[in-house]
Amino acid sequence: MTLDHIESRQYKLQSETVRKRLEDIKKRPILLKVDSLKKKFQDREGEIVALGNISFSVHQREFICVIGPSGCGKSTLIRIIAGLEKQTSGSILLDSKPIDSPSSDRGMVFQNYTLFPWLTIKKNIMFGLIMSKTDRQEANTKAMDWLELVGLSEFSDLYPHQLSGGMKQRVAIARALATRPRILLMDEPFGALDAQTRAQMQSYLLQIWESLDITIIFITHDLEEAIYLADRIFVLGSSSNQLQEIVEIPVSRPRKPDQFLSSEFLSTKKHLEDLINPEKRSTAKKISIKNGIVEKSSSLEG
Amino acid sequence: MRIQNYFLIGVPISEKANFWLAVIAFMLPLTLWSALSYIPFLWHPQVLIENSGDTYFRENDRVDKENFQEENRQVALDGRRKASGIRVNPIYLPAPHQVLKAMYVSFKTPPRRKGEKWLYQNVWDSIEVISLGFLLSSLVGIPLGILCGSFPVLSRLNEPFVDFVRYMPAPAFGPLAVAILGINDAPKIAIIFIGTFFQQVLVIANTTRQFDHTLIETAQTLGANRFALLTNVIVPGALPDLYRDMRILLGWAWTYLIVAEIIGAKSGISLFITQQAKYRNYDKVFAGIIIIGLIGFLTDQILGLIGRHIFIWEERE
Repeated sequence: MTLDHIESRQYKLQSETVRKRLEDIKKRPILLKVDSLKKKFQDREGEIVALGNISFSVHQREFICVIGPSGCGKSTLIRIIAGLEKQTSGSILLDSKPIDSPSSDRGMVFQNYTLFPWLTIKKNIMFGLIMSKTDRQEANTKAMDWLELVGLSEFSDLYPHQLSGGMKQRVAIARALATRPRILLMDEPFGALDAQTRAQMQSYLLQIWESLDITIIFITHDLEEAIYLADRIFVLGSSSNQLQEIVEIPVSRPRKPDQFLSSEFLSTKKHLEDLINPEKRSTAKKISIKNGIVEKSSSLEG
Repeated sequence: MRIQNYFLIGVPISEKANFWLAVIAFMLPLTLWSALSYIPFLWHPQVLIENSGDTYFRENDRVDKENFQEENRQVALDGRRKASGIRVNPIYLPAPHQVLKAMYVSFKTPPRRKGEKWLYQNVWDSIEVISLGFLLSSLVGIPLGILCGSFPVLSRLNEPFVDFVRYMPAPAFGPLAVAILGINDAPKIAIIFIGTFFQQVLVIANTTRQFDHTLIETAQTLGANRFALLTNVIVPGALPDLYRDMRILLGWAWTYLIVAEIIGAKSGISLFITQQAKYRNYDKVFAGIIIIGLIGFLTDQILGLIGRHIFIWEERE
């Protein structure tokens, strides 16, 4: 029995549970349905296609990461879902209802924290609750609960400029979640953080996601981050700004940092790298992932 | 600290150094003024006649140094007595201590005639006129500016005309203001209003427009409606910048005060300054000008201090 053989058996053992999980997700009701979404900008030099014909569905409690080279329209996609921009054509349905303007049923977390600097962090979290006409006393109690959840209760009366980047982003996440949105949209939320804080925040986000009944769409340009977090990764291509591939992640849950070195993890990363940089694609081994099963084939076998 | 460390581009200097630099900023011109006033050979182009001798000068005349020497040479040739005097500056440049004394005396001098006012009453009149003009302008200008900054349609509807009127000098409206509003305080307040308002709308609108757009978007995703965006996001968020704008605009309002006060019936600190100039009491003219500067400077410092206490959430280095 070769070493190679043992490895592939391990894949199969693990991927059984992973495959079952992914199939379970697909049985859940569809939360968000995006259909032939197009976005064009008019420029002095002519038309710029920001998004070319994108369709996908997101199921309840699914964790989706969107990756792609810069300029592929990731941010435009999430901004349209948030209602901050209008699509040129196509439709987006949330719980079968079309989206046309921003609302608290789609919470958003931006890269640069966007906390309101004139409000204490508690009042930042209360903001959405007050907007939805929650009674002040109740909003206050809820905000304290959220601060408790993100571990910042003792800082409730501080202003955002007194917090570190990681703390600010925890407040931003709590603020977005406090209004109990149906879906949480995150636009490169950890992009400005240092590597260590970033790793903490990723584990943190997974904890929150697992403890709450929430669906997340998460944009990143960090492949490892995407694999670590996602159930499925949407890969946007740069050429025509279309959905290039939907990659199902064969890594089991709950995720742990040591999985970064597992072969499923590494092979998925390799696959994503090849998708994003096609010209660098190695010819030695081809890896494809279907239904959570890693399939390796040597190019020599043809 | 080595001297070159003070000249690093974009690097802020310490609080202590800041304080002393501010002191130097005032001491430098004051030293120059004192030097010109008290060191005779620096400038002193005139001679104050103390003893006229046989010259045509009269005692207490100020004559040019050259004339003085020429006349003395002439009388000496004829064997007559020379004049004597001390080197002085022209009357329009009084020494610091003279101005200080003039300021004290001016406040202590009772009005010459019935119906005239004490200096402090004049100063108070000025403060009243400027406060009312600025307040009225702000009551309309700030809300209008914020609306223009928030809604492009209002901005396009309003700002081209405001921009046009802005170029008309406020004092040009003086005669019109007097014709409509009479000769007392009303036309003066109107001039301050005109001078401030049109600038104010544009400046406030511009500041509002520069408000961080992602904060507006964030508020939208948290369920804020249009009204709430204005009242709960843009206004509180832009407030520190608007406050700074107001401090600068208040400075501009002071520049309109002087022209405003000399239209119709002269009043306030300008009345004092023009009267003293007529009597050639230039030390008192200086005193009047410095009083205006002091009031403006102190007001701004106090407003700055208040601002730092209100906007504790602002990031500072």
